[in-house]
Amino acid sequence: MAQASGVGQLIKKNEQQILEQWLALQQSAASLRADLIKDRELREQSREFLQHFTAALQEDSQNIDAPAWKPVKDLLASVSRSRASQGFTPSETAMFVFSLKQPLFDLLRKEIKDIEILGNETWVMSVLLDKLGLFTTETYQQNREIIIARQQEELLELSTPVVELWNNIVALPLIGTLDSARTQVVMESLLQKIVENEAMIAIIDITGVPTVDTLVAQHLLKTVAAARLMGADCIISGMRPQIAQTIVHLGVNLSDVITKASLADAFAVALQRTGATVIRNAVKA
Amino acid sequence: MERIPILKMGELLLVTIQVDMHDQLAITLQDDLTQQIVKHHAHGVLIDISSLEIVDSFIGRMIGNIAAMARMLDAETVLVGMKPAVAITLVELGMSLAGVRTALNVEKGMAMLQNSLKGKETFGRNTQG
Repeated sequence: MAQASGVGQLIKKNEQQILEQWLALQQSAASLRADLIKDRELREQSREFLQHFTAALQEDSQNIDAPAWKPVKDLLASVSRSRASQGFTPSETAMFVFSLKQPLFDLLRKEIKDIEILGNETWVMSVLLDKLGLFTTETYQQNREIIIARQQEELLELSTPVVELWNNIVALPLIGTLDSARTQVVMESLLQKIVENEAMIAIIDITGVPTVDTLVAQHLLKTVAAARLMGADCIISGMRPQIAQTIVHLGVNLSDVITKASLADAFAVALQRTGATVIRNAVKA
Repeated sequence: MERIPILKMGELLLVTIQVDMHDQLAITLQDDLTQQIVKHHAHGVLIDISSLEIVDSFIGRMIGNIAAMARMLDAETVLVGMKPAVAITLVELGMSLAGVRTALNVEKGMAMLQNSLKGKETFGRNTQG
């Protein structure tokens, strides 16, 4: 099954020459992002790739899933990983492999005189490089997806901090629009905090929510209802004038919920409900 | 037959649901509780659902109904210890159990009941005396 190729030997002999040609090609390409990657780094990556590539080629020239190709694939994976996070586009990343074709084919044409063998070897190399290129793009894509998923997760975590304001009083400052997925996270973390802090009052502050439409209002009401089922009263604070107008115009009924204009007002009510008072001490002059 | 125990504590009845509710169990509880309230002249009912992990719309409705029936028999009802997941499920099912009083745990629910009973008692004595 494993089929060694004489091309490996050929490349090994002309390694330096191919490397130079390949580098020149990569550097002259319009897709090179000189602002993102240094010459030295590019040279190092190319040299290493060529080395592993030649070694693997001498073992098996067909199947890139063979163990001999593992170092090549590992290198490509790390290259595309670093390029994905550096901000390269998929084609810029794939060009790393595809641009090797030209110097390689030039070499084959120069060295192999028999037209039949030349055709065969060119085809084998082309298939091989295409596979490697696809592998690179795939890894690139995977890495981008990992980055996006992580960012989404961080965004969700960032956006739902529940803070303990006082004994038995928790506050949830909401920032950004509420969609269904976020409401779910918000609700879960709020209810969890209510259990942890044995909260009697939960203040939901919507100062940072840009617009409240019927959907957002519905999500808010759901959260309030869930908190009530847990035995905690909810106060919605941070109602801006425009938001109050919109809510009334939309015909959303918030009359069952205590709403306050500012977090301070809500906190005052919460303190009163829990039986705490704030006393101003005389300040020494 | 499987039953949910109803404990009498002075004027209060304590119901702790320690098993997963199925439909028949909920109906039995409804019968038992209403009978016990009348029998013991209970003025308060505390339903602890802190072990309840799964609810469906039927059980949700039964809980609401039981609370409403107890109220009609002049017993204050407080539902305590609902788990976050259960609360979210009920809200998603569109049942916010309006009119049922809730508390976070048994301790707080008990305090709530005793507070409202105190009010009733003084009122009773005043009319008698």
